[in-house]
Amino acid sequence: MSLHDKTLKQLRDGLQQGEFSSRELTQHFLSRIASHDSALNAFITVTAEQALAQADAADKARAENSAGVLGGIPIAHKDIFCTQGVRTSCASKMLDNFISPYDATVVTRLKQAGVVTLGKTNMDEFAMGSSNETSFYGPVKNPWDTQRVPGGSSGGSAAAVAARLAPAATGTDTGGSIRQPAALCGITGLKPTYGIVSRWGMIAFASSLDQAGPMARTAEDCALLLQSMVGPDEKDSTCLNRKVDDYLSGLNKDIAGLTIGLPEEFFPKDLDGRIAESTQAAVRELEKQGAKVVSISLPSVKLSVPAYYVIAPAEASSNLSRFDGVRFGYRCKDPVDLMDLYKRSRSEGFGEEVKRRILVGTYALSHGYYDAYYLKAQKVRRLIRDDFARAFEKVDVIAGPTSPELAFNLGAKKDDPVTMYMADVFTIAVNLAGLPALSMPAGFIEGLPVGVQLIGNYFREDQLLNVAHRYQQATDWHQQSPVFGGDK
Amino acid sequence: MQWETVIGLEVHVQLNTVTKIFSGSSTAFGAEPNSQANLIDLGMPGTLPVVNKEAINKAIQFGLAINADINQHSAFERKNYFYPDLPKGYQTTQLERPIVGAGAVEIELADGSKKSIRIHHAHLEEDAGKSLHEDFHGMSGIDLNRAGTPLIEIVSEPDMRNAEEAVAFARKLHSLVTSIGICDGEMSQGSMRFDVNVSVRLAGEEKLGTRTETKNLNSFKFMEKAIALEVERQIDVLESGGTIDQETRLYNGDTHTARAMRSKEDANDYRYFPCPDLLPVMVTDEEIELLRNALPELPVARKERFVSQYALSAYDADILSGDLHLSNYFEGVAAVSGDAKLSANWVMGELASYLNRDDISIRQSPVSADQLGQMITRLKDGTISSKIAKQVFEACWNGEGDPDQVIEAKGLKQMSDSGELEKLVEQVLADNAAQVEAFRAADEGKQKKMFGFFVGQLMKLTQGKANPQQLNALLLKKLND
Repeated sequence: MSLHDKTLKQLRDGLQQGEFSSRELTQHFLSRIASHDSALNAFITVTAEQALAQADAADKARAENSAGVLGGIPIAHKDIFCTQGVRTSCASKMLDNFISPYDATVVTRLKQAGVVTLGKTNMDEFAMGSSNETSFYGPVKNPWDTQRVPGGSSGGSAAAVAARLAPAATGTDTGGSIRQPAALCGITGLKPTYGIVSRWGMIAFASSLDQAGPMARTAEDCALLLQSMVGPDEKDSTCLNRKVDDYLSGLNKDIAGLTIGLPEEFFPKDLDGRIAESTQAAVRELEKQGAKVVSISLPSVKLSVPAYYVIAPAEASSNLSRFDGVRFGYRCKDPVDLMDLYKRSRSEGFGEEVKRRILVGTYALSHGYYDAYYLKAQKVRRLIRDDFARAFEKVDVIAGPTSPELAFNLGAKKDDPVTMYMADVFTIAVNLAGLPALSMPAGFIEGLPVGVQLIGNYFREDQLLNVAHRYQQATDWHQQSPVFGGDK
Repeated sequence: MQWETVIGLEVHVQLNTVTKIFSGSSTAFGAEPNSQANLIDLGMPGTLPVVNKEAINKAIQFGLAINADINQHSAFERKNYFYPDLPKGYQTTQLERPIVGAGAVEIELADGSKKSIRIHHAHLEEDAGKSLHEDFHGMSGIDLNRAGTPLIEIVSEPDMRNAEEAVAFARKLHSLVTSIGICDGEMSQGSMRFDVNVSVRLAGEEKLGTRTETKNLNSFKFMEKAIALEVERQIDVLESGGTIDQETRLYNGDTHTARAMRSKEDANDYRYFPCPDLLPVMVTDEEIELLRNALPELPVARKERFVSQYALSAYDADILSGDLHLSNYFEGVAAVSGDAKLSANWVMGELASYLNRDDISIRQSPVSADQLGQMITRLKDGTISSKIAKQVFEACWNGEGDPDQVIEAKGLKQMSDSGELEKLVEQVLADNAAQVEAFRAADEGKQKKMFGFFVGQLMKLTQGKANPQQLNALLLKKLND
């Protein structure tokens, strides 16, 4: 088995047993990125030199018996995480020249665990998009079919992991940005409970919804990565001060007796029958292992897309105000006065989708519209949370399709934002409620991966990872490898 | 026509926390531009605020000092607008749920009458930075040292009817916030800034007139003048048939003029919404009680104490209790000297006039309370006379050392050795034989007048150091010999 086919767990064990060095491993992935990424555009920045230096340091630490739990394993960071001394662009022209003066907490924690950073992955600009087509650095291609999108906004991370350009990557999920690209690229991705991973240094899109999480090929690898990402952080007031759970020890627990709820709202009449069937098949596999399946209803979930597209843009319109051309980032040429500086820097620095959302959010918060939009959306949010709370009185895990559709063709939805927004119809409610959820590979349709979403109760990442791990012990969808750009 | 003025105040008070309201940067005044601006203050991408508990506590203490309702569940909101000295493009403030609810402050007017001014609420917020428009070759410089300094904004009801009341209210707030130790009260450094809402209406009219807001006044003097100017302007406009525009105005203290800054029409839509980066601020009954117990003496209580403890007049007690630093200074002097009345006279007399002359605050006084106390001790024990004391005070003010050092170095000790003084008296009488003769021949009335001549001669000779009582006694004795 070549190095890039090994899971994070296998790489960790191999490094521990001295089968290969971190330098060899890192060099291997850097070479793969060099030869294959031109077909995918998954990376915005590759930090080869720094990666090799980190690898050498990890090898030295290993020799001195002081290696971290992920010592020497190369990963990639979504370019939304601030990385000291390295460009942190958020895939925007606005930050094309921005070298972060500090590390995000997620970056710091993973560094402390000993990871090597290969580079920064492509994404939708400021994480606004579901296809990775809004990036200033061009779209990412789906490794299963390079004519198609990888999903978004963490499309670069998903494509890089699926294409074996990195064993794992970080992502962020505001409305499905980890789960939907994980589904479309055939990998496993987890959005944790809101507040268990620090948002310090993660460039804000919608603060009350944003959450960082792991993206890898298996649930076990996600557990490994998550373990080194979570924990209280005094720099983030919304990061919870609670003891860190153990995500690894319970992975193999028996799931017999577990109750899985299937919400009728996640299987609408117009859902692609093949996706419905793949989802049902995955549920049948869990049933085979002893899980009970019940039908449930989440009546308010149908309101999640409109509520989300008020709340997220509202917060974004304020969060993105700091990009004004004054202190950092893009500044227009020769501004004649302050207003000109603001207007042109922002008009020229932001892409279309970002501008659209700033306008929507500004409108939603405007005097006279606030109650009708923002306040109403917050009420919907409470209803959705209550729906889930009622459901979790009866079930342990909720299952459904991650995305209503397969990876679509590049450009297919470019001029139709509303259709694009519907790509997140099954994922958004989870962010509004603040719940944890993951997407795992559950089959292929016409050669394109299908993902199943598992939603858990607050802080039950352990249970989600356990169920997904058990599923992956019985299936091999997650082991499939794409052929792309002359690979293999 | 008889016009009535209606005034409401919005007062920004900088809280004297060590660090900023949402970051660990220092709040110290006067540092190199941008040397006290960290990643958070610069609004760097990905940074997040963490609220400074000290700022919350100080705001609550203000609420307790004015007997206001403390909102045990308050929340921060974002006020969105673009300005170069506002790094995040929004100010984090409170709107729907301010930490301090309704309260009241009692003011005392010159005629001795009292009036209660209602406080609508007080909320916590962050200060902005400063835009510097000079020395940048046509560009503007931004200094973010002040950005994020904690403020409480105190909003009064429109309860004041003239500039005197407004100034009395402002002074009262100044006294309160310095007394409870939440603000250094340094107006010249912008520690307290006043926005004044002024309208006029015909006497007897119920409905309020259209108001204007004159922003950012940072001295009581300017406030008084700005109000007078605005009232006059509004009455002029109305009496000549015009209408008042609701607008924001800027007052220039140097030229005593004001101009409209922006009208209601081009006012920003601030798009307030709850800040998603901060949790609601929850305060328990226990925390409030702890803060109440930790509250220092309020000015009203201090004034009463000064009257009873030091037997000061109500007038003196009022002045000395009005400002915490002044109160502390006075009590320090009184403790060292053991004479409260004399201490009060010196603090309100000589010291106050020097402070005034050099335009500095009591905290910057070069003469410490200890030094003044020592000097008064020397005055009382007869080492120096009150005339010499002024000389000693001036020397101390000029940094020439402690009173004892000054007295020693300048040889200002009163001549209390009667042998030495006696010789000098004899010398003066011998040198002025004619005047002595005349004195002895004069009647009692005339003698009284002539006596001063001999005192003057001796004071000149001793450079004022002769103990006056001793000198008088000796002179009388010798003249009548």
